[in-house]
Amino acid sequence: MPAKKSPRPATKSGGSRRSSAPSAARAASAPRVTDDSPRLLPAGMKAPAFTLRSTPDQSVSLSDFLGRPVILAFYPADWSPTCGDQLALYNEVLPEFQRFNAELIGISVDGAWCHAAYAKARNFHFPLLADFEPKGAVAKAYGAYTPTAGMSGRALFVLDAKGTIRWSYLSPMGVNPGADGILAALEGLAGETQAARRPTAADAPARGPERTARPARPAAQTSRREAR
Amino acid sequence: MSGLKPPVGAHDHAKGSDTASVTLVEYGDYECPHCAVVHPIVKAVQRHFGHRLRFVFRNFPLTQVHPHADHAAEAAEAADPAGKYWDMHDAIFEHQTAITDRDLARYGEQVGLEPGVIEDALTAQTYAARVRADFMSGVRSGVNGTPMFFINGEQYQGGYDAASLIAGIEETAARG
Repeated sequence: MPAKKSPRPATKSGGSRRSSAPSAARAASAPRVTDDSPRLLPAGMKAPAFTLRSTPDQSVSLSDFLGRPVILAFYPADWSPTCGDQLALYNEVLPEFQRFNAELIGISVDGAWCHAAYAKARNFHFPLLADFEPKGAVAKAYGAYTPTAGMSGRALFVLDAKGTIRWSYLSPMGVNPGADGILAALEGLAGETQAARRPTAADAPARGPERTARPARPAAQTSRREAR
Repeated sequence: MSGLKPPVGAHDHAKGSDTASVTLVEYGDYECPHCAVVHPIVKAVQRHFGHRLRFVFRNFPLTQVHPHADHAAEAAEAADPAGKYWDMHDAIFEHQTAITDRDLARYGEQVGLEPGVIEDALTAQTYAARVRADFMSGVRSGVNGTPMFFINGEQYQGGYDAASLIAGIEETAARG
């Protein structure tokens, strides 16, 4: 699928979008967002804890990542075209997220076996969590679930190192939200942290050969095909 | 609406006059099938506008999905010092299904590069950072997949057929 119309998450404005009435233009471009559309938890709230399967025999808890920024990418379904584009993009931007010491986590209602096949086929280097049983419980806790579709909406959250939501954004179901909003939110966090490591956009061109910067493969997923 | 970051400048590969009233920027991936489809369409659009249009191509390789995209982009960059960037760009898109390193080297010689230029650049990763910088500029500009177009710095939202692109460009040109 080629990239299409995507309203940009402009700033780390918090979840304020959820309360704004959809404009005529937005309604026209996103007919599937109806009044059952998600009401995301806004910035400032504590991120609800969760433990979900990352593989058929491993689980991941949000608390595992305390001390680092976390990007939660709720998406509707494995294998659907827009999701694939979105996750493929994040897979590619991963080294940039890692410069902020941030962990990227994908979450959908698909089961762990489905995630495993999807991650292997697409060469993803970040965990996909199965919000599978009870179905969509974590998406519901974050206000990201879409009952009529039986799936999560396409919702992004950036959490700070203490587990507080600092930015959230809901994209129309069929629209890939890109990564610029996430990066802007991470930059906002980095700017206010006294961390020793303070990456800036200006660092980017000075980095070494990209192949050395590729993310390490998760131990649980050693059987991926080689990309090159 | 995301704008183009950074704006078109001396670091870009531009085809057409610097004084053109409209600049069309494409973020593309040499192994993306949609980009190959749009390649002759962009050429038709360039022919339509002639000197009124400047065309800029920036790399947006999804390397984890398209295993040859990164080297293809680096190979096109490697042709630039000899003034063969656009020849290489065309050759790669016109042979999208055969772009192994060996193929890229062959296209390099076909467009008139000295033997070894492409291989050496790929081995030394001479242009890897440049390609990645293009990619990140796309991410910052809101590019979420390829191809994506910007007309005078604004993200183009219309269809990818020639008529739609021409209409979008004319609309921008009319606004001045």
